[in-house]
Amino acid sequence: MGEQQRHSGAEVASFLLEREAEIIDSWRRLPFFDSGDGDQAQVERDCGAVVRALAEAVRTGDEDDPAAAPFNSLRGLFMELAGRRTRFGDSASEVAVEAGRLKGPVVRLWKSAGGHRGVEQTALLVDALGTLRVAVMEIAVSTSAELIQQQQEQLLELSTPVISLWRGILAVPLIGTLDSARSQIAMESLLQAIVDQRAEVAILDITGVSMVDTMVAQHLLKTVMAARMMGAECIISGIRPQIAQTMVQLGIDLEEVTTRAGLADALAFALTKIGYQVTAPTGAIGR
Amino acid sequence: MNALPLLRIGDVLLVSIQTELHDELALRFQRELAEKVADEHIRGVIIDISALEIVDSFLGRVLHDIAATTSVLAARTVVVGMRPAVAITLVELGLSLHGLRTALNVEAGLRQLGIRRLDVSGEAR
Repeated sequence: MGEQQRHSGAEVASFLLEREAEIIDSWRRLPFFDSGDGDQAQVERDCGAVVRALAEAVRTGDEDDPAAAPFNSLRGLFMELAGRRTRFGDSASEVAVEAGRLKGPVVRLWKSAGGHRGVEQTALLVDALGTLRVAVMEIAVSTSAELIQQQQEQLLELSTPVISLWRGILAVPLIGTLDSARSQIAMESLLQAIVDQRAEVAILDITGVSMVDTMVAQHLLKTVMAARMMGAECIISGIRPQIAQTMVQLGIDLEEVTTRAGLADALAFALTKIGYQVTAPTGAIGR
Repeated sequence: MNALPLLRIGDVLLVSIQTELHDELALRFQRELAEKVADEHIRGVIIDISALEIVDSFLGRVLHDIAATTSVLAARTVVVGMRPAVAITLVELGLSLHGLRTALNVEAGLRQLGIRRLDVSGEAR
């Protein structure tokens, strides 16, 4: 860093520190600093921290490195602010646009302050504010990536419960869209449960499956075949009329697979299969 | 050397495959089993493969052929104890082993052969 540049840096830093109160005042209403709890004192503390970090960055010549110590010290604050916005559904670029709004007031203040304002100093200040925005954007992107990953894991956990309906009868209620990964997990956990619980009948219930294409059907058929090879009967239930039509149109052959309209029918079939007889006590009302 | 003991219990033949079967051994096993079924008036065969971690397409084919052969000799074959990973592999290989009877374990296999109590008196039923 040259002597001249160091001098400019010091000049911009002292401007920022001297005018801290005014900058805070111009920032405090910006949605970027809104932490959601309406705590004005906290907002002012946050603004102050950002101003001081900016001053530090221009002073040490780190104004264009978003990973440098001054910007790094703001990570916690940005994680909180940007993370909160991301969780509420704002995209990373929306957050970055809001962070960009910090620039205007400071530059205006810089120009109106009079005195000798060189091009170099102005560039330094704008650079630092731009880097601030990059740092915010980085954090917003990583938070949303984390969020997506987290949700995917939660979804996988949610997606494949194996329920024991009766001694020797298992059911897997499949819900949502089935992709390869989910079908694979469902298949593996069902087959493992068949071994563990010595189940003779397994029911794949697809009531909650929104769409069945050839790939999904292929997975279902594979599961049925694998269960059969292990010595268990596998029933597919909950095929909605619409899906039945689609499957027929797609030419999916379910000839060898036992299918039932609803889970109740499948359970009744399974019970009969393992030797139970389902009857209502005499006098009971019902079908 | 007979690597695979064929255990006769009543009129059921029980075979538990404990080691990986290489191709030659598998073919010999198929031949010996067929002879035994024919000679000793076996009514049912149970092949336990619960110890096998790998079943390739060849062994799958052999199991299928054994079932078909014994069926010609009026005996039913049940393959029991297939592991999930093995089942998945066979399905992925496109071998659905049509017509092969399967059961979860030896007990369920016996039940499928219609045997609730083993008759070891030696008299054919």
